[in-house]
Amino acid sequence: MSTTLKVAEMQLSPTAVTAVSRVMVVVLLGIGLTWASDGFFTPANLVSVLRQASLLFLLACGLTLVILAGGLDLSVGANLGLCACLAAAVIKGTGSPLCGALVGVSVGSAIGVVNGLLVTTLRLPAFIATYGMLWILHGLTYAFMAGETIHGFPPGFRYIGGGFLAGVPVPVIVTGLSLLAGTVLLQRTVFGQELYAIGANPVAAFLSGIPVKRRQITVYAVSGAMAGLASLVYLARMNAAEGDIGEPLLMPAIAAVLVGGTALSGGRGSLIGTMVGALLLTLVLNGMNLLGVNANWQPIITGAISLGSLLLERLGAPRRA
Amino acid sequence: MRDIALTRARTAGFKLPQLPGVVWMLIAMIAAFSAWTPSFFSLANLTNVALQSSNLAMLALPMTLIVMSEGIDLSVGSTASLVGVMFALVTLGTGSVALGAISGVLTGLLVGLINGWLVAVHALPPFVVTLATLGIVQGASLLIAEGQVTNGLPPVAHWLYDGTVLGVSTPIVGAALTYVLFHRLLYHTRFGGYVFALGGNREALQVSGVGIRRWLIAAYAMGGTFAAFAGLILAARIDGGQPTAAASMEFDAIAAVVVGGTSFDKGKGGLPGTLLGVIAVGVLKNGLNLASVASATQVTMIGLFVILAVLVDGRRRA
Repeated sequence: MSTTLKVAEMQLSPTAVTAVSRVMVVVLLGIGLTWASDGFFTPANLVSVLRQASLLFLLACGLTLVILAGGLDLSVGANLGLCACLAAAVIKGTGSPLCGALVGVSVGSAIGVVNGLLVTTLRLPAFIATYGMLWILHGLTYAFMAGETIHGFPPGFRYIGGGFLAGVPVPVIVTGLSLLAGTVLLQRTVFGQELYAIGANPVAAFLSGIPVKRRQITVYAVSGAMAGLASLVYLARMNAAEGDIGEPLLMPAIAAVLVGGTALSGGRGSLIGTMVGALLLTLVLNGMNLLGVNANWQPIITGAISLGSLLLERLGAPRRA
Repeated sequence: MRDIALTRARTAGFKLPQLPGVVWMLIAMIAAFSAWTPSFFSLANLTNVALQSSNLAMLALPMTLIVMSEGIDLSVGSTASLVGVMFALVTLGTGSVALGAISGVLTGLLVGLINGWLVAVHALPPFVVTLATLGIVQGASLLIAEGQVTNGLPPVAHWLYDGTVLGVSTPIVGAALTYVLFHRLLYHTRFGGYVFALGGNREALQVSGVGIRRWLIAAYAMGGTFAAFAGLILAARIDGGQPTAAASMEFDAIAAVVVGGTSFDKGKGGLPGTLLGVIAVGVLKNGLNLASVASATQVTMIGLFVILAVLVDGRRRA
């Protein structure tokens, strides 16, 4: 009896070990930064780190679902950019933040549905469909903004990005709720388990009766909707929208997913991992800021971290012939 | 049985050659742009299209090989930018154009080798690997170029863009040589055969004991090296290095490859198609420029172009 239990524990341990080691890295980074910079362990900076990590998580969590289900969405950053600009224009035009929010989230979801249809019904490779979509959206955003900046939103709207509820920043609450809802969805519902099954083996999933295409369209739609939601938080925090805001956001989102231990091949990973990944990446970038490192290092470090975690995952995985 | 198969093969061979979709697309675009703006169909403008397309050809031809091997290289645009910056800095620093060009080409080769090493040796997914190297290379060129004067190249360097060889512009000669080289490589060497097999039947290649790693690495290394050539020509054109000079050019290259009929699976495709694809993308961008569509907005059209091309391609094969 006790031996079987032990065997079960030993089989579980690699995942547990990697999860704990990721959290340890975050903690060590935090300790290191506290030691290296006086500005790090201050309430203002910690809140700022949490806010940034929240935004990154909101963008990366939909992407995590897509990757878990064996797909890829390279258009999340561009989607955020377009949604933010459209929402900004609507808020300015109508004066109603609610209208703007509705436009942002529904445009984001609609783009996600189009991605899903391209990948499933029209059978395009996921990366080329969403890569084409990335440029379509960038171009539309530039055309729509025509070099202008839209700024200055009503305080009620900016509350989403900069406000506090019971002492906790609102974006952090939004992120916490998304993380909770997403994790319950993934781990405790049939739908979530179906996503893992599709990612691990789409043919087997299809043969066991899972509506693969419909599930895939749904995850792309969720990814788009989350990009729309993230665009609102972004807009409320920055208080300004420009045509090029989406461009630098794709790589950090992918990095957060990869650092969080979600496998690009699908079927393996979690939202909590992505949250830890978002925190880790934000800590690194925040620390570089505090230590006065040239901002041009940021894409270099983000790329290196992505490659590093891909390599680590590959080295840890059992070799296939 | 065998006879039937033979007759089938023969009748299939005698069918009228089906023009690839890209040819129709080209004809339609040329007609539309000529009707729209009279200045389109002039010798000066068509030369301009050819000049602009030469750079793209140097990115798109090696990209064809990479895509045929079921890969992709998203880093070629930023590599071309970095090479331009290196070329300008080294040339201005040492006073030697040759040293500048060599360091530029070596930079491109290095980026390509790293991509190839990650994709081939570690079997990492090419689009994420090259997206990451895109970020790294872009950051590197911003860092290197920051606060430094990188323009004012000596006249010798300008020859790369506005010089002539036997009366033909240098970039066009360069593109033509690139085409000839890759044509020989793909259709007349063992390496070419392996490229077809890498996409079409990688397992058979592995089972028959061919070491695929070095061939894959070679494909990515060529991608980086020819991106470097494109970067040198671009630097000569804009008279110096600019960290974002060739940003998003990888997308034009991928568009040319895809529109030219090379697909992301089964090793199907070819260089003549890519050449037509390069011209198609060149004509589209030039026509949109003449119609004064902002270049930032043009990417939307090219994005639609790509998705449409992949769709038509898939339909035809299904």
